[in-house]
Formats: sequence, C-alpha cells, structure tokens
Amino acid sequence: MFARGLKRKCADGDEDMEGALASLQRQSLLDMSLVKLQLCHMLVEPNLCRSVLIANTVRQIQEEMTQDGTWRVMAPQTAGQAPRDRLVSTEILCRAAWEQDGELPAPGSADGDAPDLVSHLCGAPSAPAPRSTQGCVWDVDGPGEDRGSLQKSLDQIFETLESKTPSSVEGLFGDMDSPYYDLDAVLTGMVGSKSARRPLPSSLFRGQGGFLQAGRPPGPA
Amino acid sequence: MFLKFSPRAMFYGAGGGNDIQWCFSQVKGAVDDDVAEADIISTVEFNHSGELLATGDKGGRVVIFQQEQENKIQSHSRGEYNVYSTFQSHEPEFDYLKSLEIEEKINKIRWLPQKNAAQFLLSTNDKTIKLWKISERDKRPEGYNLKEEDGRFRDPTTVTTLRVPVFRPMDLMVEASPRRIFANAHTYHINSISINSDYETYLSADDLRINLWHLEITDRSFNIVDIKPANMEELTEVITAAEFHPNSCNTFVYSSSKGTIRLCDMRASALCDRHSKLFEEPEDPSNRSFFSEIISSISDVKFSHSGRYMMTRDYLSVKIWDLNMENRPVETYQVHEYLRSKLCSLYENDCIFDKFECCWNGSDSVVMTGSYNNFFRMFDRNTKRDITLEASRENNKPRTVLKPRKVCASGKRKKDEISVDSLDFNKKILHTAWHPKENIIAVATTNNLYIFQDKVN
Repeated sequence: MFARGLKRKCADGDEDMEGALASLQRQSLLDMSLVKLQLCHMLVEPNLCRSVLIANTVRQIQEEMTQDGTWRVMAPQTAGQAPRDRLVSTEILCRAAWEQDGELPAPGSADGDAPDLVSHLCGAPSAPAPRSTQGCVWDVDGPGEDRGSLQKSLDQIFETLESKTPSSVEGLFGDMDSPYYDLDAVLTGMVGSKSARRPLPSSLFRGQGGFLQAGRPPGPA
Repeated sequence: MFLKFSPRAMFYGAGGGNDIQWCFSQVKGAVDDDVAEADIISTVEFNHSGELLATGDKGGRVVIFQQEQENKIQSHSRGEYNVYSTFQSHEPEFDYLKSLEIEEKINKIRWLPQKNAAQFLLSTNDKTIKLWKISERDKRPEGYNLKEEDGRFRDPTTVTTLRVPVFRPMDLMVEASPRRIFANAHTYHINSISINSDYETYLSADDLRINLWHLEITDRSFNIVDIKPANMEELTEVITAAEFHPNSCNTFVYSSSKGTIRLCDMRASALCDRHSKLFEEPEDPSNRSFFSEIISSISDVKFSHSGRYMMTRDYLSVKIWDLNMENRPVETYQVHEYLRSKLCSLYENDCIFDKFECCWNGSDSVVMTGSYNNFFRMFDRNTKRDITLEASRENNKPRTVLKPRKVCASGKRKKDEISVDSLDFNKKILHTAWHPKENIIAVATTNNLYIFQDKVN
C-alpha cells in the first residue's frame, strides 16, 4: 500500500502529471457515478431528481472524455490485462480524487493509461488487492456474488452506454411510468424482487470508502 | 465582528436583527441516540398566527404543538409549546399496478388561515394530499331523554318526565379528521404544496408536473406545468420546489434541478409551460467542476412575506432574488463554503443530494437555513452579519444563550472552533421554521425538535 504523499520523479513534467491526474480523477468519478446510477435503479422506486443529476454528471464526463479523445470503446481483449500495479494505482486514484488535498500520488504509468482503466473496470476479476478502510468503491461488502453481480451489471451499463452515442445515457430512464423493475431488467439483467420494499442497503456503497465517513471522524486509515 | 452593548453581548456576539440573543427554550423528541426511522422529522411549519407548530415525520404522523398563553406576571419568556394534537396522517400504501410501496413520510405541511374555531392544514406524502380539520371539543351534551349517560337506550315507556339536554364542560379533546383526500393526480413524487392567496385553491408539485386544485374538489385538478419530455430518455431537468406568490393569486414560481427559477402567470394560458420570467445566475467559470450542476440544484424556494423577494437554497448558498431582476440574485449568502473542496467526498457519501430548506423571519430582515453537525445559520440582510448556532441538548437549560459556533476551514484551529473534518454529516438540519411574528424558531434535527427564542428581559 503506497503511503500518502509518495511521489515519484516524473520525466514529463508537472503539467502532464496534472493532466493525467485530472483524467484519472475524472475516470474515478465516472465509475462512482455509474455505480450510483445502477444502485439507483435497483431501488423499487428511484429518486428521479437524484437519478437525473447523476446521469447529467455522467453525460458531462463522457462529453469531456469524447472531446479529449480518451473515450474509447471497451475492447474485450484488453479486459484480461489487469496487472496488479494498475489495480493499485486505481486505488490511489480513488483516494486522491476523494481527498483532493493536492498531493500527487504515484500514477506511475498514468500517461495514456487512463482509457485502459475503462477496461480495468470490467476486466478486473476477483483481484484481491489489499484494501485499506478507505478503499475505493470496489471495496464492496461480501465479495464473491455481490461483486460478481455488480461487475456484471456494470458490464451491461457500459454496453448500454457504448452502443449508443457517447453523450447519451439512453435507456437510463426508459419509460418511468412503467414498473421500475422493467427498467432494472433492461439495465442490469437483475430482475429484483418486485415487492421488495427495502432498497439495496446503501451500506453496500456508503461507509466503504471516501473521506467523510458517516459518524466516524475521518483521518488516515 | 461583534457589536458591544453589554459584556454579555460582547462575548456572545450578535446575529439576527437588532442583535438578537438566541436562547434555548425547549426540545421535543426522544433522548436516546438510536433514532427510530419513523421518528425522523420531515417537515416543520408554524400556522399563520404562530400559536400552532406542526411537524410531520417519516412514519406519516403529524404532531401539533400549541403555545401556552403568556403568563402576564412572569414575562421572562414567551409561552411554551406543548403537544396539542397527534394523528396519523398517512399510512403506507401499495400501488398494485406498479408493484410499488408508497411511503407514508410527510413531505410537507401547509396551514390554512383560520376562518372559524377549527384549524385546517394540508399534509402530503409522495402521492396524496389530505386536508385535515383540527377542532376542539370541551363541552358535551348531557341529559338525553332516550339515552342513558353511558349510551344505552332507555325504554321509552319508562320515561315519565322530559328534560332539555344541557352542555356541560368536559376535558379538552382535540380531534383531527380528514376532510378531503386529493389523490391519484401525481405520477411522480410530490415535493411541494402551496396554498394560494385566494385561500380557495392550492398547487401541488412533483418532479415533472404541477397541479392546481380547488380545496373543495377532490376528484379533479388542473395541470398547469408539465415538463415531462415526450421521450423520457431526454430528461435532464426536474422540478424541485414550487410556491404561490403571497399576494398575487395568479402568480407562482417553481425551481429546478439546474438552478433556475421560473415565474409563471396563470392568466397567460391554461398550461403555464412558458414562463413569464426566468431567474438564473450565470455560472462562475472559476468554480466550475463536475459537481457544478448538482450543487446548483435548488432545494427550496420561498417568497418573502412582502412578496417582493424570493429566496432560493442550493447546496452551498442562499440567494435572495428581486422579482424584478432575473439575471442575478440581489444577495448571496454562503452557508458552508468550506464544503466546496469536499464535494467529491460529499458526492460519494450522497450528502451532496441533501435538500436543505430555508425560511424568512416575520419582517423579512433575517433568513435562516440549516447545515451539518446540527448547525444552523442566520443571515441578517440589513447588517450583513451572520451567525452559526447549534441545536444540541448540551445547551438545554431554558434561557441559556446559545454560543455562536465557528467552523475552521483550514489552517490552525482556534479554541472553540470545529474543523471541517470533525463535522458529523449524519447530523443535518434540513427543516427550520420561523414564527410569523415573534423571534421564535423551530429547528428540526434528525428526530428532535428544538425551539429557540430571543432573550426577553
């Protein structure tokens, strides 16, 4: 686990470093947003305002990534490559994005690797990288099936997104008048229990990472 | 910057008009830290006279507190608020068509002005609005001829004399009964209700539509705003709040998730899809981030009592708008600017979606809104001073003056300051209300209701 503040010499200079960091942060935000959207739609009756705001954020990121040329179609063959060091950098990225304390982590081979993190999203199987308590969004409770289904759902979200124009998040609202579980089926492949009153516990997502923990004073892990 | 009138004022500082010193008065609700979900307060509202204070909770209950009449002799404080009536307004429902449960949580309560002895209020959950009548009964008839006192019927043949029943005093009973149920008009979740100044009609707003009702008619409503796109996949903006103008019965406003406010005139057309005015502040390019839109989403809109201004609350600030100026607000107050650098974390833990409300004092000179860590803020529009106070049981001796709080954004933390990292983001004050005439405020923490008053000498 890299300690906070560990810096490596970057041959390319600070500007590229910042740009790479920004794009990593952007990627992390995109990942987070997609997870939120997916969880949103697992709810029996999603909060429309929240869904719209998150979807707009995703759209914004996609637009920027399209302009940058970093938005690429996910290539299955790259999915297999999930070297450990990339896994670790993603984790640092997540922390860096959340802490926003201006410290540069060690992106290492960050330059030009940002798009590969897209494949990392879907490609990383059960890599058991060490997680701190302030881990990233992937640090979900109960590995195994939960993670597997989360992964699968994300694959499907990406498919949905990739198959349309980059700037659209179609299919995310469908026809809101029809039962939401139809929407779930389209998006996630999981037809949740129709009469489930309880939404997916937000503890799945909340409290697993991030700077500000519910009820816990934040600080170094 | 403290105004010094007395040694005490010098220490406690000043906030609110005329250097009000806010004192703890009462706290209602469970003491223990374990919060029962049904007890979470979801709305707080004073009635037009300020004598009654209503709260709604997640369990669908409404609790009304009544202010005691002032004791003329002991005039060191205003009357206390005590429970007047409690009733179950909404029950959980199941929408069989969509296989969805409808939450019983009370989203909003609005009082009608008092016309006779009874009080009326509107309460709403996500789908259904109800008009409740709250009436007192302190007398009952006694001395029927054909009925015994316990209700059993008397055999008429045993009646030998006749008497006239008389009303005798009884213990005060407060009854709440639903007089109207306005249902099945909203596909999406109702976020606002607002009673028109004609006192005959009211509006209800959900994420995409606004309906106009007549208080007497429950089987139909008029749709006056509809922003649902033909193709739901194109949806990018929702309605977040709506309110009627306090004086013009043809005018209302609604706010959106993109930080805009539209003012509509119902005389212009039946469907008010085209606004008369659009209030929007241009974005500050230096503050632009991926979170800009989310934090610009307006969580509450309130007209001033005068009707000349309206106030909006977005995630980080409170803005006052002059209805005659659409391109920017006339005043902006930062509620918790220190959170701006934490937006990513607040997005991750969902706090960025918290919907804070705001309110005016009776004279429109001070505005108030809530924050985290059970802090709430007041901004004096005249003096431009602001104050941060805390709703906490620690200061729970009556007439204890509240100590102003300060959050240390960065750098060295002074004594008595709290650092941003120590704030408890689970303790949020979303709902506050200000007495229409007096300096009495009601502040709701998660499951407790605090009442504060200004110091009366």
